[in-house]
Amino acid sequence: MTNPTKAPEADELGTADTLAPTDAASAPVFRGLSPGKLMWRRFLRDRTGVVSAAIVLLFILIAVCAPLISMIYGKDPGTHYGQEDVTLLTDSGLPTGPNGGISADFWFGVEPGLGRDVFMQLIYGMRTSLFIAFLTSVLTTALGVMIGIAAGYLGGKIDYFIGRVIDILMSFPSQIFLIATMPIVVSLLVASNESQPVWLPFVSVTIVLTLLGWMGLARILRATTLSLREREFIEAAKVTGASPLRIIFKELLPNLWTPILVQSTLALPAFVTAEAGLSYLGVGVGEPTPDWGRMIALAADYLRTDVTFLLFPGLAMVLFVLAFNLLGDSVRDAFDPKTKR
Amino acid sequence: MSNELTLDKPSATPATGEPLLQLSGVKKHFPVMDGLLFKRQVGAVHAVDGIDLDVHANESVGLVGESGCGKSTLGRVVTRLLEPTDGKLTYAGQDITHASRKQLAPIRSEIQMIFQDPYSSLNPRHTVGAIIGAPMEINGINPKGGVQNRVQELLETVGLNPEHYNRFPHEFSGGQRQRIGVARALSLSPKLIVADEPVSALDVSIQAQVVNLLQQLQKDLGIAFLFIAHDLSIVRHFSQRVAVMYLGKIVEIADRKSLYESPRHPYTHALLSAVPEADPDDVRERIRLVGDVPSPINPPTGCRFRTRCWKAQDKCATEEPPLVQLSGNLDGHLTACHFPEDGSTAVPEPRAAKEL
Ligand SMILES: Nc1ncnc2c1ncn2[C@@H]1O[C@H](COP(=O)(O)OP(=O)(O)O)[C@@H](O)[C@H]1O
Ligand code: SF4
Ligand SMILES: [Mg+2]
Repeated sequence: MTNPTKAPEADELGTADTLAPTDAASAPVFRGLSPGKLMWRRFLRDRTGVVSAAIVLLFILIAVCAPLISMIYGKDPGTHYGQEDVTLLTDSGLPTGPNGGISADFWFGVEPGLGRDVFMQLIYGMRTSLFIAFLTSVLTTALGVMIGIAAGYLGGKIDYFIGRVIDILMSFPSQIFLIATMPIVVSLLVASNESQPVWLPFVSVTIVLTLLGWMGLARILRATTLSLREREFIEAAKVTGASPLRIIFKELLPNLWTPILVQSTLALPAFVTAEAGLSYLGVGVGEPTPDWGRMIALAADYLRTDVTFLLFPGLAMVLFVLAFNLLGDSVRDAFDPKTKR
Repeated sequence: MSNELTLDKPSATPATGEPLLQLSGVKKHFPVMDGLLFKRQVGAVHAVDGIDLDVHANESVGLVGESGCGKSTLGRVVTRLLEPTDGKLTYAGQDITHASRKQLAPIRSEIQMIFQDPYSSLNPRHTVGAIIGAPMEINGINPKGGVQNRVQELLETVGLNPEHYNRFPHEFSGGQRQRIGVARALSLSPKLIVADEPVSALDVSIQAQVVNLLQQLQKDLGIAFLFIAHDLSIVRHFSQRVAVMYLGKIVEIADRKSLYESPRHPYTHALLSAVPEADPDDVRERIRLVGDVPSPINPPTGCRFRTRCWKAQDKCATEEPPLVQLSGNLDGHLTACHFPEDGSTAVPEPRAAKEL
């Protein structure tokens, strides 16, 4: 290239190209601010979002540190304290103390019947819920991203086929389908005459939820990819010889983080409830693994005699799901300020 | 019908050696599908329908026509974003009509494109440095002094502050974004740039600046241009040769001087009279085209312009006019019309264009 002359001075005259002459000085605040950083700033300004994030983080922290808490608290979720100490439960299996047996020893009371510690059950139950929900979110996101981008970018017959599969999967009433699929997945994983290993319920619930949970994200990503594909920067990349993989990873994906992040933050609380729902109905994670859904199911039996037992898992779940949903909304608002509700 | 065209193969230039880019009978049809469950082709959009055009090294060819006449499609065929349905596309003696992505790799760096919409042609998630540097990265080019150095050099070339390489597109105005697009096109030191209406999305006051920049670059770097525009005023000062396109076909092509001073095709006349004119003393006749551009799915028989042409006769409906040199025209001035205008209707150089 031979000595490129400096461009015509036209810009220096300014005219309507306002930013031109004063570029260097005009907007020091915005210097180098990436779209990501701008979103982060918008998010920090949203008080609901920050509070929800704090609550969610607290829940996650508690779940992660459950063994540590158990050590300090001096109890574990498995021990039947009510049977070791007969003064804790009445003959009919109800806690002797008031408010479900809440005391300095048993912060959230004692479980009716088996007499386990409710606080420990709750914390360890949260571990179960969050573990499955996180795993499912990661898997559905991966699946949704791959399938959605494939459908949107490749188009044609592949798109048509994927679209029909999504339609079919989404047309089933999900709870019933979940219940119906569970035994199939379980029997595929272990032969019926073998004893069921501990990981089995985790894996089967995750698989079932994943199979039926990826469609929403895939659909959104398909639509977004479809519209991005027509943008000229994709053509610009093609003109310079970019490979399809490079276009997907370097050009498309950076523009898809918003829907991916928003969808997966909104999907996670849905998986928490779905997992609890399965346990509640008796097809999810079984004894002896602590689980919120099963706690609630059990508590429903004692609704008249021991409300406290229902209160703790119920409140914990509502709080968590609510906080996570609000967080999802805030993330969406931060990413896309135009669609304010 | 294209037989007639091939008879008078346009050698529409004061040709010096082999053209850099050669289009012969190039067609691009988009299938129109219908059917509920089983899609089948029920027709085709004749977006580009048999184009012969040469672009020589160092030369700037203007391509002008109303919106929807297939200019962008032709530009995308030339850059091989689209594969021609028919015809032959030759670059530097090499047939690239149906070349695959891998086969095109060595040529990719030589044919670049500047896009119409500066807001959609830059990836909003990439910094300016990444955008301009990407072509070098993709083609494994390691410039002396590093990629960043080269990016800053290019930013300076297009009149932007080289310090701004780590900014994002949203921090720039439309004109500046288009300059970034120009810098990206330049990053591979191309021999041919297809500029698809590079200024029509910009504010009128900025258009001139960007056109000047391109003109300067063409002069300094000796890049051949296929400059697409929807009116004749911008092309006038930029291109040595101008082709006028209507519904997928070239209806007139000539040297700039010849085309503006003695246009023969009625459509060229109409386009010229539509050039904005500020001069109240201007007495030239105004031609207002009536009716809409016909659908490229069912283009009119014979001459495609006949539905809007004031000189149309029966012959125009039955016989397609070949693109030939009419008597009294200069070498390389080709017109496709049975009843051409008399070439003396010189149109005065409009003022608006003068300012460009
Ligand atoms: N990908 C496509 N599929 C179908 N039709 C198209 C496609 N691209 C362009 N067309 C049609 O081809 C014709 C020419 O379009 P285009 O080349 O964009 O015109 P111009 O750039 O001159 O405005 C239009 O009728 C347009 O609708
Ligand atoms: S061929 Fe006939 S219809 Fe076509 S431009 Fe000439 S006069 Fe008009
Ligand atoms: Mg166009």
